[in-house]
Amino acid sequence: MSALKHTPLVDLHRKLGGRMVEFAGFEMPVQYTSILAEHKAVRESAGLFDVSHMGQLWFRGGDAVSAVERLVSCPVASLGEGRIRYGVLCNEEGGVVDDVTVYRVGPEEIFLCVNASNIDKDRTWCEKQISGDVELTDRSNDTGLLALQGPRSAAVLARITEFDLGQLKRFRFAPGRVGDVSAWISRTGYTGSDGFEIYLPAEAASATFEALLESEHCSPAGLGARDTLRLEAALPLYGHELDDTTSPLEAGLDRFVKLNTGGFIGAEAIARRARAGHTRKLVGFHMVERGIARAEYPIQHAGADVGRVTSGAHSPTLGKSIGLGYVPTALAELGTALDISIRGRPVKAQVVETPFL
Amino acid sequence: MDEIDIPEGLRYTNEDEWVRLEEGRAVIGVTDFAQQQLGDIVFVELPEVGTRVERGDPFGVIESVKAVSDLYAPVSGTISEINGELTERPEAVNEDCYGDGWMIAIESVDAAEQVSLLDAQAYQKHVAERQT
Repeated sequence: MSALKHTPLVDLHRKLGGRMVEFAGFEMPVQYTSILAEHKAVRESAGLFDVSHMGQLWFRGGDAVSAVERLVSCPVASLGEGRIRYGVLCNEEGGVVDDVTVYRVGPEEIFLCVNASNIDKDRTWCEKQISGDVELTDRSNDTGLLALQGPRSAAVLARITEFDLGQLKRFRFAPGRVGDVSAWISRTGYTGSDGFEIYLPAEAASATFEALLESEHCSPAGLGARDTLRLEAALPLYGHELDDTTSPLEAGLDRFVKLNTGGFIGAEAIARRARAGHTRKLVGFHMVERGIARAEYPIQHAGADVGRVTSGAHSPTLGKSIGLGYVPTALAELGTALDISIRGRPVKAQVVETPFL
Repeated sequence: MDEIDIPEGLRYTNEDEWVRLEEGRAVIGVTDFAQQQLGDIVFVELPEVGTRVERGDPFGVIESVKAVSDLYAPVSGTISEINGELTERPEAVNEDCYGDGWMIAIESVDAAEQVSLLDAQAYQKHVAERQT
């Protein structure tokens, strides 16, 4: 077994009483006090996550824009400086290599924020695909990333920055000083609540995390709450809703895929698979009877297995059990009655609209 | 981690359950250590009253936000009562694991089986071995 990796905040997590677990090869806090309390803090006030385990791949040079345009499913050339788009990296078969956010830093400079579990795979994949005047640098280890999420995020962050947060709209980012550190402030997140992600030098991450926690409205939040929050928002998690075989269209990511213009790796295969008709589709469901659906539980219809739960949990905000999973296209209609096989027993569920909130 | 409460006078199992013995009847729940390890309890599934269980059999399930855990019968017997309150208020297991968070009562418990249960000191040792 290889040794676990650590973010620059590992000592602070331990000091704050974080319960440490393995995630994507990193030792990370799953919770500090209670997942439910941390979830609630994000929905009602502000929660602070260390997401420094995520990766940053930088592309620089005269061909950077065209190179990234070919790598990701979302339009890149039309992405203005200081703007961000969500997209996926696809393989030649149209499967998802990773889901990423694309940051347009300058005319010849872009970075992708990628999943921790996929940093090495993504870098290798991208290096193989790019050519011409473009240099790829993996800055994952030098970059600290804090996610401040929740309705009070702006007020909490304003305590330690002069930056005019009010003018930073969703999916935009800008350089700014946070405390006495030069950072990138990004109005993004993975919770379904308003918030900011702060990119900063790895060595400054711990002190900034502590400075943000000085606000009485901000509490540290771990990966457990991050997972229940993103599930309520029906945001996919790589390795669960997405993998190397999933078409982004099966996963319902149509609006992040430039199908009309194409021009990215996997576009032809995605279009071909769509023309042939997808056999399965990702749906959201809630439990009608008592029980919690968990990842990998079979989804059944009329007594037969028809799919699998990809993510499932008790939703703290809704007070009921929700989940995502793949079902045959014919069973993807809203309102469709399904069963989730929980410990061998069918428990009633129903296809509902996503996001769940 | 907070202090672990292990009341004297109760008996315990290696599976982190407590047993209160009352003249041939056993009331059963999970320990403070178990509820702390599990975190926020959001679902408890208990058997029907009248079900016969053998020692070591899974009799129910307890789920926290992150994890699913089986509950094992610490003694053999017939389920005579279940704590139906836990359907609506599973968090009672976190709040008061030795009181309102009790789970089941088993009748006609074999006296010989009672001997195999741990006392508070032995269980304390079992907990300490797993704390880092």
